[in-house]
Amino acid sequence: MAHIALPDESLPGIVGLFNFRPETAGPLQLLAETLLRGESPLTSGERELIASYVSLLNDTHFCHTSHGSAAMAHLGYDISLIDDIKNGFQVIEVSPKLRALLHIAGKVQKSGKAVTDEDIAAARAEGAGDKEIHDTVLIAAAFCMFNRYVDGLGTWAPQENEAYREMGQRMAFTGYVRFPVKADVVEV
Amino acid sequence: MPHIPLPEHLPGITGLLEYSRVTAEPIRQLTQFILRGENSLSPAERELIATIVSHNNECRFCTAAHTAAADLLLGETETCEIMKQDIDAAPVSDKMKALLKIAKQVQVSGKAVTPESVANAKAHGATDTEIHDTVLIAGLFCLYNRYVDGMATVAPADPKFYTGLGQRLVEYGYNRLPNGYDHLKEQIQPS
Repeated sequence: MAHIALPDESLPGIVGLFNFRPETAGPLQLLAETLLRGESPLTSGERELIASYVSLLNDTHFCHTSHGSAAMAHLGYDISLIDDIKNGFQVIEVSPKLRALLHIAGKVQKSGKAVTDEDIAAARAEGAGDKEIHDTVLIAAAFCMFNRYVDGLGTWAPQENEAYREMGQRMAFTGYVRFPVKADVVEV
Repeated sequence: MPHIPLPEHLPGITGLLEYSRVTAEPIRQLTQFILRGENSLSPAERELIATIVSHNNECRFCTAAHTAAADLLLGETETCEIMKQDIDAAPVSDKMKALLKIAKQVQVSGKAVTPESVANAKAHGATDTEIHDTVLIAGLFCLYNRYVDGMATVAPADPKFYTGLGQRLVEYGYNRLPNGYDHLKEQIQPS
């Protein structure tokens, strides 16, 4: 059970929290939409992999698996390959540039200060530009928020990959803004 | 030096929010609501949560900025300084102490929040919404601190810079200034 009384305990992870506090759900959904589906030199599949990887490092099963499922949906992989993220991307095709960016994301997960000039230079050497570096750092930082939000309030998460199949497809292809954000906030 | 070219007159977070205004918009909306919107926690109390998390993340820019904002809202500088050393010694309510301890756990990890610390906050009168907002503010500053330091933005050394910034946060909040930030170009003094 979550640390606070949620209006619908059947809703897992962040979904139950969106339902508890619609005023903050609006900007949080818009942030996810902008970061993961908005304009970026990185594909949505690549960005979802970064989100899922950071969530794995934070040990947040709900975010790791749901964003892993969204990544698989974008990249056209079977949902079982979410486990390949844990295994260090042996099967999923990861370009040297994305690998260098994932390394930066892993540093951000520890601390902003852990990112070194060498990490940035290594990503640039693989072709990453300013915007790719910026988006990687911000996505990693944002998931350090989302993960803490989901775990800090003690929400529950389905265990099996399969439970995240439809959720991931919805996140990938319908998006994160499920309500008219501003109207929703105003009404509350 | 920042990892990407950012406007020199906008150190810390401001340059990043101007560099990427599309992603800045939801971050600003969330911050304005959670730190300044209607709430049973005062803006000063919420700035204390932002301060303790930034302090524990050792983010110089955010710690100085939110300390300045909290100091201005409280009308004194003692509370922030004591809180950073010892939450129990800070001149705040028992409820606030319990919430600050939850924020400190969130800084470490979401999983570090214990049922005991939540029960303690509830025993001192914290509502579910106050606990929710504390966790979300603490999470949000784990975003900000990593964004600011992960991009190696500049943190000015001059304490006067943060007094000015704190004043702006108290007066205008977290929305983008309607006329942008070009007026700050003249104010940057070579140090």
